Amino acid sequence: MNAIEVLSAGPMTTVQDRGRPGWAHLGVPPSGAADARALELGNRLVGNEPGAAGLEATLAGPSLRFRSATVAALTGAEARAVVGGRPVEPNQPIDVAAGEVLEVGGYSNGVRLYVSVRGGIAVEPVLGSRATDLLTGLGPTPLQEGDVLPIGAEVAAPPQHVAERPRLQREPVLRLLPGAQAGWFSRDASAELAEGSWTVSGASNRVGVRLEGPTIERIRREELLSQGVVTGALQVPPSGQPILLLNDHPTTGGYPVIGVVHASDLSLVGQLRPAQRVQFEVNHGSQP
Amino acid sequence: MSDITIRPSGSLASLLELPDNAAAVRVARRLRAECKRLIDVVPGHATVLATWEGEDPTDELLALAEAALRDDDAPVDGATVAIPVRYDGLDLHEVARLTRLSPEELAERHLRAEYVVGFLGFAPGFAYLLGGDDRLRVDRRAEPRQRVPAGAVALAGPYSGIYPRESPGGWQLIGSTTAVLFDPARPSPALLSPGDRVRFTAA
Repeated sequence: MNAIEVLSAGPMTTVQDRGRPGWAHLGVPPSGAADARALELGNRLVGNEPGAAGLEATLAGPSLRFRSATVAALTGAEARAVVGGRPVEPNQPIDVAAGEVLEVGGYSNGVRLYVSVRGGIAVEPVLGSRATDLLTGLGPTPLQEGDVLPIGAEVAAPPQHVAERPRLQREPVLRLLPGAQAGWFSRDASAELAEGSWTVSGASNRVGVRLEGPTIERIRREELLSQGVVTGALQVPPSGQPILLLNDHPTTGGYPVIGVVHASDLSLVGQLRPAQRVQFEVNHGSQP
Repeated sequence: MSDITIRPSGSLASLLELPDNAAAVRVARRLRAECKRLIDVVPGHATVLATWEGEDPTDELLALAEAALRDDDAPVDGATVAIPVRYDGLDLHEVARLTRLSPEELAERHLRAEYVVGFLGFAPGFAYLLGGDDRLRVDRRAEPRQRVPAGAVALAGPYSGIYPRESPGGWQLIGSTTAVLFDPARPSPALLSPGDRVRFTAA
């Protein structure tokens, strides 16, 4: 069987695809690749269906042995990598011979690197997705040394070179649209958001990116009844230090949402690294 | 004047604020049935979150939601689900003390009420049940537990709930059930859906 062996999973590697949209009313988080654009590019490079599953590694690694000859691609975070001892370029199809080992080092920029393999990772889907959901435990467990992952047949086209060269920014600017409780905060709070420089906390994960910076003050103090929340929502807990919800977020939340990152900028959120700085461009929208 | 306020929720979602939970359940059903472009329709306590891809359907959502509230003579017909409970929770005596009831009276009041699934959240299959006995309102625990067992039946504020799997949790535990709240292999993975009615029975 065509398969890959996990020699080392690095700090955290999971299987990801487009996740489980459509189940949120039953409490199932969206899950899926945090940098969806990078996984989509990887699938294009190896000629997969856009929804095929790949590996999402975090901060460093993984090391994988390919049992059969295939085509792979590395996208997302920037890192040095070798296949069979040869240095390989990111964002390109990579020919891999049977038995060769892919080794990825620590990431110099970004936090999540995607390994796409022609045919896709073919673990058993759960609710239509192969994604690991770290909040609820749905999907496969995070990879461990010694795991063997089956490769599927979700191919759509021959592998292809793509001119796209995504660049990760040192201090990304995220477009922020008003959230449902924008009115619970003063104009000053909105200005703090736009003018402040925010630092990504080390306590961030696929559930949420915690930001450290000026304290965001509420002007309305009542308790919020639970409401549905989206990936990219900027929640403000009582500490006043906001949390940006990522893909494994709970489907409902009780903290006021001051803003929501534009859907086109979510892939940037998925690459935010602990201690990195980030800014918001606050768009007040057309609503009064 | 409309009873519905539409709040923005980013580039691909809107949050509809509604008068109460019954309205939220009703509107969520209508949107799910009639607006096929929506991806997720998520009722909250008194809100419905609708998400989509492509063109913004908010105007259509508002019209559908208003129609759903106008047709309020049509009852929301949910299933009725019986859940067997053993009143053996770790906080049973504490809740009895807080509510000045005996554990037996507490169990009796919890069994007597009829509940409606207001919405789900927190974990797959975790239903926020409304309609319980007002006398049983207690706050969450001051210190959440790191580990609440699967099947724990719990109280917090206006809600009853059942933990679908072992997880951290801050609600007051009054009992336990063997019912399986969530199983992704079932055709309907969640035992309880918004609008369903629930009765607890003595196990």
